[in-house]
Amino acid sequence: MNFINKNKIMSFGKYFITAILFVVYSCSDNETQTVTTLKKLVFVDNFEVDGALDSAKWAYDTGTGDNGWGNNELQYYSDRLENVEVKDGMLHITALQESYMGSGYTSGKVLTRGLFETKYGRFEARIKLPWGQGLWPAFWLLGDDAEGTVIWPKIGEIDIMEYVGQEPTIAHGSIHGPGYSAGEAVTKSYTLENSRFDTDFHVFGIEWGPNYINYYIDDVLYNQITPSDLPEGTKWVFNDNQFYLILNMAVGGSFVGSPNAETEFPQKMVVDYVKVYQ
Amino acid sequence: MKNIKYNYTKTFFLLGLLFVTVISCERELSDDVVLATFSDSAEVYIDGFSGGLEYYPYADSQQEAFSVDTEVKYSGSSSMRFDVPNVGDLRGAYAGAIFRDDNGGRDLSGYDALTFYAKSSKSAVINDIGFGQDFFGNKFQVSNQGLQLSTNWVKYIIPIPDASKLTQEQGMFWYAEGPEGPVGNEVGYTFWVDELKYEKLGTIAQAKPKMFNGEDKIETSFIGGRIQITGLTQTYNLATGVNQTVTAGGHYFKFSTTDVSVATVTRSGLVSIVGEGTAEITATLNGVEVSGSLSITSLGQFVVAATPTVNASNVISIFSDAYTNQPVEYYNGYWAPYQTTLGQNDITINGDNIIKYSELNFVGIQFTKPTIDVSQMTNFHVDIQVINELDSGDFVTVKLQDIGPDNTFGTGDDSAAEIKYSSSDLVAGEWVGIDIPLSSLSSLTGTSNLAQVVFVSDATVTDMYVDNIYFNK
Repeated sequence: MNFINKNKIMSFGKYFITAILFVVYSCSDNETQTVTTLKKLVFVDNFEVDGALDSAKWAYDTGTGDNGWGNNELQYYSDRLENVEVKDGMLHITALQESYMGSGYTSGKVLTRGLFETKYGRFEARIKLPWGQGLWPAFWLLGDDAEGTVIWPKIGEIDIMEYVGQEPTIAHGSIHGPGYSAGEAVTKSYTLENSRFDTDFHVFGIEWGPNYINYYIDDVLYNQITPSDLPEGTKWVFNDNQFYLILNMAVGGSFVGSPNAETEFPQKMVVDYVKVYQ
Repeated sequence: MKNIKYNYTKTFFLLGLLFVTVISCERELSDDVVLATFSDSAEVYIDGFSGGLEYYPYADSQQEAFSVDTEVKYSGSSSMRFDVPNVGDLRGAYAGAIFRDDNGGRDLSGYDALTFYAKSSKSAVINDIGFGQDFFGNKFQVSNQGLQLSTNWVKYIIPIPDASKLTQEQGMFWYAEGPEGPVGNEVGYTFWVDELKYEKLGTIAQAKPKMFNGEDKIETSFIGGRIQITGLTQTYNLATGVNQTVTAGGHYFKFSTTDVSVATVTRSGLVSIVGEGTAEITATLNGVEVSGSLSITSLGQFVVAATPTVNASNVISIFSDAYTNQPVEYYNGYWAPYQTTLGQNDITINGDNIIKYSELNFVGIQFTKPTIDVSQMTNFHVDIQVINELDSGDFVTVKLQDIGPDNTFGTGDDSAAEIKYSSSDLVAGEWVGIDIPLSSLSSLTGTSNLAQVVFVSDATVTDMYVDNIYFNK
């Protein structure tokens, strides 16, 4: 999750919607294309055991990274239960306003790096998001860096969901790769017309296969990104690498801006489940 | 934005009376009864008045302030136009009205906001704009105070604090606005409202209701005391990320008391002290805990000062419930920078208003608009009760100030006199009646333009009650 550009929105006309539907139907009719039937659950966490996360599935990123995880973020990520806790069947990632290890806020970032990495499939999570200026939760995938030998953005990044607390009805889906990262990422935003992301749970997902990534929220398919959407001369980096899952909630930073006096803490990103089908 | 006073109660007194009469005949509902439901029509003004909508300008406002404008509109064929008058306009110095559904009210429980488009002839700030004012008690009155208008059409959202309460609401829309600008030179302007309707937006959330604007208030009182809960607001986070606060009528709230034998509270938020002890008043709004509270310590029975017996025709009263008081500018001027004294007529015991001063060093009661002529009077009276124990050096000085025929402070025709009451003249916890013959005040050379009564203690006496301040003959 690095500097997505919310202003650069790929627009699709009616013809394209039709095309998406056609692809979906044609895939489900064709049994040889197993990748799109997506019946086999290859990763699941329903967060059923109270306490710390299942260490066989999840690891923690802690600290402040380099330069606020590259984005001037204000939080210190800790692995304490105050910031990351499984409770009542849900994962609670909690952002707190507190002085801790030199930072003014704490929060959590959990990931499956080295524990579950894969390519292609349907990735989805059911999440209730926080609210208020300066909160930046995300559900995203990052490509393996081959022990540091390949660097971002060449490793590829798929942001299934990004959201800023001051826009409680808008979520963003993006990809980052070489030549289309940070402010040049390929992004589309989705707006709830009669609801909000902080009052109920919503399902955020992608269907990812060779040369396409479909984005959906709840039952609405709102975008498809293919190599033809990339800037001229850039490369699709989502057909080869293995990717891992990340859930986190940043506080402040270049993308979201700092919290203000009206931002209430604590704030929670509550995750009902994370599932990957192939 | 300018402070204005509304005086709309008189005109509709009769209607209010009718309503009272009707509900007094109300009977218990039988089990078979099916509650009537009211129209859930959302539209208030789109291109004309919606069915049943009537215009009621405030009695002292500019009656012609509202008109239908077919030239300026956001969409359709017309908009609502409001011409705010200039200061001093003889037809009424402000604009204000309610728009009421006279078909019996509407069921608004399915909506979550009143929305409209508005713009103004110049950037302006509307004092009050909202809904729920019906002249029948205004139980569910809501105002978005300080709504900022610009010269472009902008959509505004006024959230409903708890729509489930509005199953039969008549107050569809109301506003009150005065001219704007430097004091004395306020000028009128025009604003337009269009596409005025109720909506179910679904994007209004994170309710943060408050009482006393979120403050935890602590009050000491007595049996018979009454305290009105104020600062009632509801705040919602809108889709834009903005936290929108509206003032909300008491009936949206559910108040509760921790001890009904000490304090009770009505549905509108009026607290009555009924016994000795402590009680806390809290509230919820649509199930959400309200921030702010009222902690009451009731000291039990309060002995009020003896009711004056002087015939009213021989009295000029400054502060007494036994008489009609003269116009007074204030009972505490909060004179900067040296005055520390807090409080004024903020205690009411069974309808008897009592001044309570605390942190007293000096405090003035002023009446210069107009000054008071006491030249025909012979005595000055005041009842004082010192609250805390008295030490030997404690005193209260009572000072009378006349500002002479020029009605101006600090000029040569001013005169004043003061009398100091030492601790032996006062009794802690008991009322002491002070009567001063004006003839004894030799330095008070003029009594035709009296302007102030001042109490000075230099912080020796810090807390005291004051009542029955008057001149008599």
